[in-house]
This record gives sequence, C-alpha cells and structure tokens, in this order.
Amino acid sequence: MADTAMKSIGGVLARQGILVAFILFMVGFTLWNPRFIDPDNVFGVIRSSAILGVMALGVTFVVIGGNLDLSVGSMLSFSAIVVLDLHENPAFGPALAIPAMFALTLCLGAINGFLIGYLRLNSLIVTLGMLSAIHGLTLTWSGGQNMDIANQNETWFGVFGRGSALGVPIPVLIFIGLAAILGILLGKTPFGRKVYAVGGNGTAATFSGIPRARVVFITYLVSAFCVATAGLIQASRTMGAQNTVGQGLELEVLAAVILGGASLLGGSGTIFKTVIGVLILGFIQNGLLLAGLEFYVQFVVTWIIIILAVWLDIATKRGKLWSPIA
Amino acid sequence: MQNDTLKKLIKNGAIWGFILFQLVFFEVAGRWWSLSDSAFMDLDSMLLLLKQSAPIGIIAIGMTVVMINGNIDLSVGATYALAGIVMLDSMNWPFMEAMGDASIPLAWLFALFTGSLLGLINGVIVWKTGVDAFIVTLGAMLGYRGLVFMYNGENPTYHLNWTMVDFAEADILGLETPAIVFLAVVLVVWLVMTRTVHGRNAYAIGDNREAAVNAGIRVGPHMVWNFALIGFLAALSAVAFYSGSGSVNPNDGMLFELWAITAVVLGGTKLTGGRGSIIGTLGGVIAIQLLRRGLNHIGAQTETVNLVIGIILIAVLFLDRQLNRKGAEELKV
Amino acid sequence: MTDQKPALRLEGIVKTFPGVRALDGVSFAVQPGEVHALMGENGAGKSTLMKVLGGIYQPEEGRIFIDERETVMRGPLEAKANGVMFIHQELSLAEEISVAENIYLGELPRKSFGRVDWDTLYSRTDAILEKLKVSFNARTRVGDLSIANQQMVEIARALTVDARAVIFDEPTASLTDAEKSVLFDVIADLKAQGVGIIYISHRMEEIFRITDRISVLRDGAYRGTLETAKTDEDEITRMMIGRSLDLTRRQAPATPGPVALRVEGLSCGDLFQDAHFEVREGEVLGFYGLVGAGRTEIAETLFGLRKPTSGRIFLKGEEVTITSPIDAIARGISLVPESRKEQGLVLGMNCRDNITLPQVGDLTAGPFVSDGAEISIYDQYRDRLQIKSPSWRTTVGNLSGGNQQKIVIGKWLSMRPEVLIVDEPTRGIDVGSKSEIHNLLRELAKQGYAVIVISSEMPEVLHVSDRIVAMYHGRVMREFTAEEVTEDSLIQAISGIEGSAA
Repeated sequence: MADTAMKSIGGVLARQGILVAFILFMVGFTLWNPRFIDPDNVFGVIRSSAILGVMALGVTFVVIGGNLDLSVGSMLSFSAIVVLDLHENPAFGPALAIPAMFALTLCLGAINGFLIGYLRLNSLIVTLGMLSAIHGLTLTWSGGQNMDIANQNETWFGVFGRGSALGVPIPVLIFIGLAAILGILLGKTPFGRKVYAVGGNGTAATFSGIPRARVVFITYLVSAFCVATAGLIQASRTMGAQNTVGQGLELEVLAAVILGGASLLGGSGTIFKTVIGVLILGFIQNGLLLAGLEFYVQFVVTWIIIILAVWLDIATKRGKLWSPIA
Repeated sequence: MQNDTLKKLIKNGAIWGFILFQLVFFEVAGRWWSLSDSAFMDLDSMLLLLKQSAPIGIIAIGMTVVMINGNIDLSVGATYALAGIVMLDSMNWPFMEAMGDASIPLAWLFALFTGSLLGLINGVIVWKTGVDAFIVTLGAMLGYRGLVFMYNGENPTYHLNWTMVDFAEADILGLETPAIVFLAVVLVVWLVMTRTVHGRNAYAIGDNREAAVNAGIRVGPHMVWNFALIGFLAALSAVAFYSGSGSVNPNDGMLFELWAITAVVLGGTKLTGGRGSIIGTLGGVIAIQLLRRGLNHIGAQTETVNLVIGIILIAVLFLDRQLNRKGAEELKV
Repeated sequence: MTDQKPALRLEGIVKTFPGVRALDGVSFAVQPGEVHALMGENGAGKSTLMKVLGGIYQPEEGRIFIDERETVMRGPLEAKANGVMFIHQELSLAEEISVAENIYLGELPRKSFGRVDWDTLYSRTDAILEKLKVSFNARTRVGDLSIANQQMVEIARALTVDARAVIFDEPTASLTDAEKSVLFDVIADLKAQGVGIIYISHRMEEIFRITDRISVLRDGAYRGTLETAKTDEDEITRMMIGRSLDLTRRQAPATPGPVALRVEGLSCGDLFQDAHFEVREGEVLGFYGLVGAGRTEIAETLFGLRKPTSGRIFLKGEEVTITSPIDAIARGISLVPESRKEQGLVLGMNCRDNITLPQVGDLTAGPFVSDGAEISIYDQYRDRLQIKSPSWRTTVGNLSGGNQQKIVIGKWLSMRPEVLIVDEPTRGIDVGSKSEIHNLLRELAKQGYAVIVISSEMPEVLHVSDRIVAMYHGRVMREFTAEEVTEDSLIQAISGIEGSAA
C-alpha cells in the first residue's frame, strides 16, 4: 500500500514536477519575506509578465505542433510600431488601427504557416529568416524612427496597457482570459487534439487523415494573434515604441514554454504549464529583487533553472541522471 | 547520374554564384541607374568588406563546426560581449596598468580563456546531462548575458590603449588585423575539418551519432572540444574587434548567433549535422556583408538589408528542398 | 569440427532490465569456420545478446570466451580489439563522408598534429574493397552508393581487423539476389579463413542454404542447438515459439459478396505499373511479394498518400479519385500501415486518443471533444480486440507490440470501413497476438468486410487469404485462389520467374 502511494507520488512529481517546484518556490520565498505573496505584489508580477506570457501562449501551440517560432520578437516590434503609426494616422485612429494591425500581423503568421505547414520548410530557419525580414519591414515602415502617440491624454488607447477593471489590471485580465480560451482550445477541442497528434507524430497524423499542413498553419496564426495582442498591450502601456522593442524576446518566450515542460520535439506541453513557466520566470525576477539582488541575476538563475528543469524531465524519462553518451 | 552531378554542382557552387551575381548586379545597377558614382568592385571596398565581416565571420566559422557536429550554439553573442568586457576591464586592474603595454597580450589571454571556459561549460552540460544543445545554449544565452550585465550594469566598459588600437588597425597589403584574423581562422579550421581525425570525426558524429559511438569514438568529449572551440572563437572575435574600438556595451553581440547561423545555412551546412563546409560559410559571411554594402551602394535604405537577407534565407531553404525532391513518386506526408 | 576450440563461446549470460529478464543464462559456442544461425522471435533476446557481444551492454552474470580466453568487453572498441565484428541490420554509416572514412571510423590512421594519413587509409581500404569485388572505391561518398553497396561497406568494415567472430544481423533484408550471392561468397571466404560466423535471419531458405548449425532463443533463454542438415522448418519453429503455430491452409472457401474495390491499370512511376485486381465484400485478398515489390506502394496509393500516374479505381462500381487520406477515409477505405511506430501510432498519446484520432472531429459535444463518446469507443474496441492495457490513459508507447497493433486495428475498425487494408499485420509481435490477429482478419471477412492483407510471410498469406496476388518488381505477376496456390508457384511468381505470369 505504502509502495503504491510512493509510486503515485512519484508519478505526480514526474508529471507535475514544474508545478511542485513552483509551489515550493513560492512557499519558500513567502516564508522568507511575507511581502512576496501580497496581492499587490502578485498582480504586479503577473502584470509585468503579461506581454511575455501572452506571446508564450501562442508559441506553446507552435511548439506542441512540433515547430519553433523565433519570429515572435520582431513580430512584436512590428505590431507595436504599426498600431502606433496607424493610431497617429488621421485616416485610421485607434478604432481602425487595432483591427488593421491584427490583420497585418496575422498575415505575417500566415506566411510562417504557409512556408512551414504547406511547403514543409524547416521552422527554425524559416522563422529565423522571418525574424530578420520582419525587422527589416518594421524599420522600413517606421523609417528607423521611434513611434510615439502625440496627444496621450486624448485617446482611449492606453486602456489595454494601463487600465484596470475591478482593481485588476487589464493586461492581467487579457493574459488570464486568453490563457483560458486557448487552454480550452488546446485541451478540449478536436483541433487541440490534432495539434498534439501532428507534433507527436506527423506521419501517423497524416496516416490518420489529419490535415497536417492546415493544423501547422493554424498554430502559426494562433501565435501571430497572440503576438498582436501582446504588441497591443506593449504599445498601449508605453504609448510609444522603439523598433527593437521585442528584440531577444523570442528566446525568452521559448524559455518560458520549455520551462513549463513542453518538449521541443513536439506533442507535449499544456497552456497551464506554460502559464506556470511564465509565472516562475516572473516570480524569480521579483523574488530576487525583493531579496535585494541585482536585476540581472535573474537571467543567471533562469539559465540554471531551465537546464535543471529539462534535465530532470529527461532524466526521469530515461531512468538515469547522467546521459549515456560516452 | 548526369542530373545528380548537376544538382551537386548547383548545391556546392550556389553561394559563390550568388556572390558573383551580387557583384555584377550592384556594379551594373549602380552605374546604369546612376544611383552611385563610385565603382562597387574596387579593391579598397572589398578589403573593408572583409574587415567588417570579421566579427560575425569568426563566430560563424565556429558555428559551422558545431553545426556539422549536429549541435548548435545560441550563446555566442553573450560570450562575445563577456569576453570583450573581460579583456577591456582587465586592463584597468592595477597590476595590469602597472605592466603598461605588456598587459595587452595578457588581456587577450584572459578574454580567450573566458570564451573557451564558457564554451566548455556548455559542452560539458550537453555531454553530461544529455539535454539538447539548443536548450542548453538557449539557457546560456540568457545566463551569460546576465553575467555581462552583472559585471558592469548597463554601463559600457572601456579602456583605450593606443598601442592596442594601432595593432588592431595595422595592415598587411591593405588587410587590417581583424580581416587577417578572420582569414587565418578560416584557414586553420578548414585544415582541421578536412585534414584531421578530429575534423573527420565531427562529420561522422553529426551524420550518424550512433554509428560513431559504436565505432568507439568518444562522442561526449569530442563535442565538448567543439563547444570550447566556438567559445574560443567568439572570444577571438571580441579580441579582434574590441582591441580597435576600446569600448563594450552590455548589449553588444545580441543577435550575433542568429546572423552566424544565417551565414552558416547560406553556406550550405545541413541543420541536422553531418554536412557543411568552412569555405561555404566564408561564402555565406561574404554574401551577407556584400548584400549590406550593395544595397547601400545602390542607395537602398539600409533597413531593407534585413528584409532581403530574411527572404534570401528562406529562398535558399526552398531551393535546397526542391533540389532534394524525389519527384512525383514522393509519399505525401 | 566439434573437437576444435570454439572461436566464440558464451556461458550463462544474464542481462536484466527493470522488470524484464532479457537474457536468462544463454550459452552456446561458435566453432572456427562455422556459420552458426541464431534464431528466435522478435523480443526473444537476439538483439540484447548481440549488444552484449558488442560491448554495448554489460551482462550481470556469465562469461564470454574468445578462443577459450575469457574476455570482458566494456565497449564497442574492446569488442573490435578482441576480433568480434558486426554487420548491422540497420546501416550504421555516415553518408556524407567517404567509404574509407566509414570503414575505418573511430580509428583513422594518424600522422603528426592529428592529421589523417590519407595514403595509408585509401590504400588499405582499396585492398579490402578489391576482395569484395565492388564497383566503387575508397574515395566514393557513401551517400552516393546504393543501399546494397552501403551494405558492402558495412561488410568491408568487418574485414579490417583479424576477426575471430563476425555477426551478420539480417544482412540480406535489402539485397537483390545477385548481391546476396556476393554476400554468401564473402561469408564462404571468411569461413574458409576459420572465422566463426553468427548469422541472424528469419529467412528459412537462407538458413538452410548457408548455415551449419542453428541455435534458438525464446523469451531470453537458450532453447538448444540443431544441426542444420538434420532438422527442418517445423522443428525450428516449434523451438522458437514453444509450440506449432497454427498456419494450416484455409479450407472452407468464403462466399464473397459484391465487388467492393476494383483497380484497373493502376501505376505510380517506377514503383508499380499496370496493376489489376479486385476485392469483394466478405473475402481476404492477400498481397505477397518481396520488400520493394510495390505492395505497400499500391496500398498507399489507394489511401491517397501517393498520386497515381495512371489507372482507375472503382469503389462499389463507381469510379473515384482519391487525393488524400481524408478522401480515402471519407470513402470508407482504411489502412493499417506497415510501420506501427512511425505511421500507425502517436506513441506519446494515450490509448483512447490514438483509437479515436481519425474521427475526433466528429466525437463532439458542442465545440468540445466528448469524453464519454471517446471512452465508449475505446471500451468497445478494447473488448472486441481484447486489448490488454491498464486503462485508456495508458500511453501507447508503454504497451507491447501486439497490443499496439490491436490499437491501430481498432482505430481503423472504429471507422467502419468498406475496405480494410492491413499492411504487415503481425510484424514484430508475439506469437499469441499473431494468431489472434489472424483470427480477427478472418472474422472481419466473415462479417462482410472487404479485407486486403499485405505480408512478407508466406505462411501468413496462405493462412488468411481467399485469393493471393503475387507481385514482382512493381508488377502483378499472377493471381491465385486459395485452392490452386502452392508454395512453389508462389515463390516462382514473386521471384519473377518467366512463365509464371498469368
């Protein structure tokens, strides 16, 4: 009896290791500094993680589908610049700028999806190429200038980044709402199941009559939609943006997704776990700051945590701590 | 058979064909559309081009080795910055300052040691944990960048030593030091990859790791050497560049890994390992730099260079796949 | 022969993995100059034993003797140093480097500064290649060679050292007859030099043609050694599976219904040409031929995975064009593919999700997948096919081969197809599951399904089929009814022997 209990605890640890680690981490920090769990602090963390988090939701679809998306960082810059520029364009204004920006960003996602889904090109290189191409596009659009909203007091545009409802910041609401919707899409619908199948074994999925190309295509649309949303939050929060605002984010986003336990080989991971991954990154940063450590220490800690997380994951799967490579 | 030979020729020669095309195109376009009054292909500008491509080029050579080996290294940009900081900062240490110009080689050594060590750490983690190199070096990219910022916050690190600057700007037959270092690296690593047992084993491991293990090659330590090599080269790149500039920003080297990978892939190295050439990467590096200059030459906005390179990278991938297609008989999966 | 010192002798080898005793005290000896067959079902422990011999696994108990010297092999290099060489079933070559580098992989001759000594390398390699009478040289890139020639490179590797024992693991799987005879000449040469040879194969004809003795493994245990000249297939089979497999020929002819599928002049490039056949409701049509004869490719074309270059397909008398698996499924064609792990299953998914995968889009309540509908389908096919799995949540990758295959069959049965195509239904599964699956296929025909079975195992084809189509090099050579077919005529037809064509 005790044996089975141990086994099931082991099973939970193996499956939900990241959640367990997260809880231990939270408890530890709270014991050390009760301010850590203060609602203001918690909302602050979630709020500052929202942009990264929203992007990570989309990338989770792509990664479970067995691909990568390295273009999300420069796509974020693109969407922020475009929405700000159109906002300032009298022909558009905020009400038209936002849907126009979403449409354009989705087009970029469609290009990724077409090249990777339908033409079956390697996603690492395609999205690497797109990273560069979209960056070029953004610079061309902006002429290399930063974008700013001139009359910040006369627009309702700031609501997405600065507003709050019922005491909860809007970015947090967007993050939680989108996570819920996408979590259901991935976990409960036929489409979600198909994403897992395509990422787990694309050939078997094809042999089962699943339109692999279309599924991959849609994962990139989801990713682009999330980037557009994140871009909106970003632009709205700062009411201005540099051309390079999203630079480097692609790899941080990927780190959050991997930390949540999605495998780069595809077919595994969940939205919930990604959210945990995002929160871990956010709370580490916050915890280290509360501990009085330098801001940049978080990067080093993140590095160590990512490697430990993935290492423990594969070590449990192979039943050995050390790699068998001679 | 004829067809195969042709395909191979296209594959191996493609990058040089592309370079030639660029040279002719920009020369002609510059003249005919009178967008530029200077010649595109003059010697000075070509020598300058080689110098400008050195920082990424040296890293790309290391990346080629790691990718042939079946791995990847995303942390090189941060390694580059950290090595630069160590080099310049160490010259501000009291005992180094006391040494005068004699501290220069020592500072270089510190930088190279730093780079090699960071590479070594990646390699050992990949070897011992069995975690994919992509993830290990992705983490390291964040971690090493964190170290860069912890060193000196967001402030630049600088140390100007005129002897060092003179050295960095010295030239032989018009080739400045960074360009010479780049070409020397190309030569040495090319020799290693084509002539030595280590180099040949790198191909075998990247191509079929299990076969290499069964043949008794110690795959783990082999990969560690290659990671140490790319770390060393990232540091060498920093030495070549910062000796002249004398100032490092903590954001320096960001996206270098992506540029290096772009050059390597343009040069024909296979992503999954086992195939690739140093000379091809040299071509890839030159092609990118040429494009940059060429677009500038015909008066295009410099911003377009990112756009064009991105499109070219995807086009290369597409063409490569078309060349490898088996035709109508292919299984539709 | 038996009074000589054995070239290789194993004594009580034991190797366990968590939960499994993979090798349970295996002992046997190979004499110098002997070709010794090692036989056993998949999973009997052959590959584990080979990994022990190759130094990849360390046995917990038991000893290995080479020339009666006790030898411990801690890695592949030590195995090689002790004169134990392998010719692997799956090619273990690096394609982008030269033949010579592959042959001397791991021990390239060196000069100063770690440089490769190319002259020595090439001259040594060419000397070996000369013995093998091959058409390529030491500098050829391995990726440019045919599969058969790559196999010759593997063999050349075994000749680089003064081997005491050479192990051939299914070496003829991808060879043509001509290449096979070159291989057998090489084996004869080695034999004449006094090398001990272990020959692993499932092909009885080869076993009887070239081996001297046969040792059999079952469930990780050594079951005995037979003299090839004094035994027959039946005895070997009994030893391998512990009982006679019921592969009696079919007796009662089925009473087939109307034609479900008819194919006229179907071709796909070089893969197969001008195929004609039909399958009726309530019958099993067997496809028999060697690997590469075009059987699987026909199935893939019918399932919309390949584009036919010409020909027509009729379903229930109506001409159809099938351009994708989605098409095929919509028209009632199901394919249980050849490779379970690569094409049949998403190994990381659970049993239920694998079974319902093709129809998950229809099992919905509102926009969501209906758990209840899925579980009821799973329960239905678990009971019907007697799938042994702890729960529907169990990851498919953790099931045995037989149960995995039943999941794939269940997946396609749940689609209620008009035509069920089953490619290699029993490859790599245990004997018990084998006969269950044979019975199931017969049962399905009885229920009125039109079933096509593709198999490389003649007894299987003979056992389950009402009619048999024999293929050779992309062509349908002949069609037999269950009554008229004989083993000889079938072998002639699939070997392309003139005069056997219909």
